[in-house]
Amino acid sequence: MTSPANPSPMNRTEIADLYFLEHRARLLDLAAFLDRYDRADDDTGTDDFRLTALRNAIALLIDGSGDRTARVLDLMSDHSTEPIDQAGMKGACGTPPPGTG
Amino acid sequence: MKYIDPHIHMVSRTTDDYRRMALAGCVAITEPAFWAGFDRSSPQGFLDYYRQLTDTEPRRAAQYGIRHHCWICVNPKEAEDAGFAREVMSLIPEFLQKENVLGVGEIGLNKNSRNELVILEEHLALAEQHDQLVLVHTPHLEDKLKGTRLIMDAIKANTSLDPGRVLIDHVEEHTVREVLDRGFWAGMTLYPDTKCTPQRAADIIEMHGTERLWMNSAGDWGDSDPLAVPKAIVEMRRRGHDTASIEQVSWGNPVAFLGQCPRFDAGE
Repeated sequence: MTSPANPSPMNRTEIADLYFLEHRARLLDLAAFLDRYDRADDDTGTDDFRLTALRNAIALLIDGSGDRTARVLDLMSDHSTEPIDQAGMKGACGTPPPGTG
Repeated sequence: MKYIDPHIHMVSRTTDDYRRMALAGCVAITEPAFWAGFDRSSPQGFLDYYRQLTDTEPRRAAQYGIRHHCWICVNPKEAEDAGFAREVMSLIPEFLQKENVLGVGEIGLNKNSRNELVILEEHLALAEQHDQLVLVHTPHLEDKLKGTRLIMDAIKANTSLDPGRVLIDHVEEHTVREVLDRGFWAGMTLYPDTKCTPQRAADIIEMHGTERLWMNSAGDWGDSDPLAVPKAIVEMRRRGHDTASIEQVSWGNPVAFLGQCPRFDAGE
């Protein structure tokens, strides 16, 4: 049975061997997405709130602290505590739209 | 390795998916009542859906040696019209008596609205009144953290439900600890783009242990993978997790939680 707070069964070299190429590819996908966004016509004159959240989240990845996944999710969460008056739509944006909470 | 997928919406999947799941080792599933991608226009639409869950799907699954169980409710995406939801809820007690029904689910919140919360509380009261297990849907993406807390607060404040008989589903790294610490069971949903990947599910198991935790595909009509659970098993195996840990999250824990309902049959 795995105990809570168990470290990975693999050592760091094994983790890099197993996952590096996959995540290198994902990093390039992210870079290409940001380039694609920059190349497009600026139709609003402001940064899309989702891109702003993404850039803020990227900064978390290299701030030297752990728990990156939870902190990224936390950054992209609605932190208000009261129910909203009415559900205006069924879907979600991935990060709180301006004016949330 | 045999496994259970404790949350999958087979009404949205093809018979070929049943075949592939059986080949991958699936022997039992549970199917919560959910949103069809559009709002039903009448209680009769829900009645037909509940008949599909309790009659048609068990027979379809049995063709591949898979035991099919289900959960009944009005899902939170169709709870904003509280009057309509109550009309549909009046149909539920009859279906709670069906032989493959394990409890009330997947209830919860979607956009964390007042009406969603009211209907959630009425479902919880129904579950309490009929001594049912509860399967809880937590909201998507930016709404998850707030919704998970509102749901757990509602259960604690307004019911005497034993958290050991409630599974809070779709947990991620920012909600799993709080769910487990408050005594609930937790489900990790394995989705390609939203919720957890098999890799992150394995990470969560490494960080939080294997107690009161399960994995499911929540395969449905959207981007999802009915073979996500065996893929997570492979992910754990290739990292070197021991067989006992893998079996606990993919078999033992679902059997322990679902087995609290005497109707559950894993085919052991």
